[in-house]
Amino acid sequence: MIAYLLRRLGQSALVLFTMAVLVFLAVFALGSPVDMLASPDADQAERDALAARFGLDQPLPVQFAAFLGNALQGDLGASFVYGKSALAVIGERLPATIELALLALTFSVMIGVPLGVIAGLRPKSIAGRAIMSTSIFGFSLPNFWIGMMLILLFSVYLGWLPAGGRGPTTEVLGMQLSITSLEGWRHLILPALTLALYKSSLVVRLCEAGTREIVTQEYIRFARAKGLSSFRIIWLHLLKNMMIPVITILGMEFGAMIAFTVVIETVFAYPGMGKLLIESINRLDRPVVVAYLMVTTVIFVLINFIVDLLYVALDPRVRLGGPNE
Amino acid sequence: MGETITTRPLPAPSVAKGERLLLRQLRDLVSSPEAVIGLVILLTLSFAAIFAPLIAPQNPYDLMQLDIMDNMLPPGSTLGGGLTAWLGTDDQGRDMLSAIMYGMRVSLGVGIASVVIASLIGALIGVLSAYIGGRFDALVMRIVDLQLSFPSILIALVLLTLFGRGLDKVVLSLVFVQWAYYARTVRGSALVEKNKDYIAAARCLEIPQWRVLVRHMLPNCIPPLIVVSTVQVAHAITLESTLSFLGVGVPVTQPSLGMLIATGYDFLLSGKYWMSTYPGIALVLIVVAINLVGDRLRAVLNPRFTQ
Repeated sequence: MIAYLLRRLGQSALVLFTMAVLVFLAVFALGSPVDMLASPDADQAERDALAARFGLDQPLPVQFAAFLGNALQGDLGASFVYGKSALAVIGERLPATIELALLALTFSVMIGVPLGVIAGLRPKSIAGRAIMSTSIFGFSLPNFWIGMMLILLFSVYLGWLPAGGRGPTTEVLGMQLSITSLEGWRHLILPALTLALYKSSLVVRLCEAGTREIVTQEYIRFARAKGLSSFRIIWLHLLKNMMIPVITILGMEFGAMIAFTVVIETVFAYPGMGKLLIESINRLDRPVVVAYLMVTTVIFVLINFIVDLLYVALDPRVRLGGPNE
Repeated sequence: MGETITTRPLPAPSVAKGERLLLRQLRDLVSSPEAVIGLVILLTLSFAAIFAPLIAPQNPYDLMQLDIMDNMLPPGSTLGGGLTAWLGTDDQGRDMLSAIMYGMRVSLGVGIASVVIASLIGALIGVLSAYIGGRFDALVMRIVDLQLSFPSILIALVLLTLFGRGLDKVVLSLVFVQWAYYARTVRGSALVEKNKDYIAAARCLEIPQWRVLVRHMLPNCIPPLIVVSTVQVAHAITLESTLSFLGVGVPVTQPSLGMLIATGYDFLLSGKYWMSTYPGIALVLIVVAINLVGDRLRAVLNPRFTQ
């Protein structure tokens, strides 16, 4: 187990380093931020001074070494726009995004699992077929457009919900959260539902496939023969065995969800770190873009790591053998 | 005499059987109402897109035909030129219906082009990886794993930020995002094919390696690829529209459906719904139709599901 842990940690570190190199090179090619920062009538001396202040006059390897050294100490540079640490800028927006993604994740389980089980238990019924066909829609619909249509319906025509932004926040455990107030929920519900749309279809498909496979198993037949109520069979025997792959996939997809908030936050003008990324790209705020990509990578690597460990813990059949298993 | 034998590809014995199978699969495909609906929608929209210059009421790129006085008219209005804009007009005075037909050309074109290029590259890398094996295989699969563990939207976003706007650049980033799926799919089936007798036979005949790869192995890895790529076209189209919506996709001069929706987004809150709703519906129809067909295709081509 210790050997497995160490090897897995080594892999994670390698991924992080590769990403650091790629991100740095990519963002370096983005163009010089000096053009954005200097006032249009600045002369060459002023521009040089500006470049020197941010270390932009150094050769590439030197810049990278400095970047890596600082990154290891938790310093990803100062935002050109906000004038403070890029990580701090991301950190301010992070709770909003995590809150949105977690809520969406909850929605997708709450919607996806029951529907998937129903479709799996009755694959030939009208309900089952309808659920599966609809899940194709959820899978393939362009989320940003669905979000816009929800805004059109609930904000523009019905006027029930706000069209965008984030509700008032209260501090919970040092984070600014908005799920504590009704107004916060009113702002969260549309973006979270839109974000959950894709994942809930995925969960429906997974649960349907899982259910169809599990109901043919011996232990389900045995449970039936024992005279257990179907509620108990579903709750105890089916759900438990079905949830292992669902949890794994959801865990991995949580990272994708955080990345997709880039789109949802833009549609709903939601002040999370996804919207910050788009703004920073447009303003050539290089440190913030780098910080965003590194933070997301760390989140991904962390999630994958935890999911892998959970998988091993949940399913004793997973062997901790060589790398090619 | 021996020469003539070596130049003929070996996995050809079942052509007749293959054709019969294809026919049966086609019948299977058509027997599902969902797939037929999807196919009909897809053909109609493709027709409208391909022949847009001939059948569209207006050429939305031709500034001479546009009149800024016609801007943002609701659906059903009559334009200055006497034309009726059934789906309304946009902020430049373009007829939305024509803009959508031209937009579908861009969306479908980008989607199909990127999938074709990506599947070719991916298939080649996948077959090579399976055939060579060893360290090369391990390295390629590590890269594939690494890339697939990152959401495609994020990779494409960063790439397009680097490349800048442009149709070719959008296709390039979509290819970059997608090749890994194909490489993995094809490698999987190539690993199975690799150990079959006909490959051993081809090797015994001392056919050049590349020939074994391209003429013998690759064609047998194609069926799973078809399923992946059908659905992948829909994915590519959605991804392109999302990127264009975020403002990093196609150029303003060649609006795709996503771009039209993005323009409509600016006027959403003022209730000018037609500018974003109708291009969106066209996009949804394309994507759902492709998925309906692809879903059935998967079932038809996968013998595990046929009763």
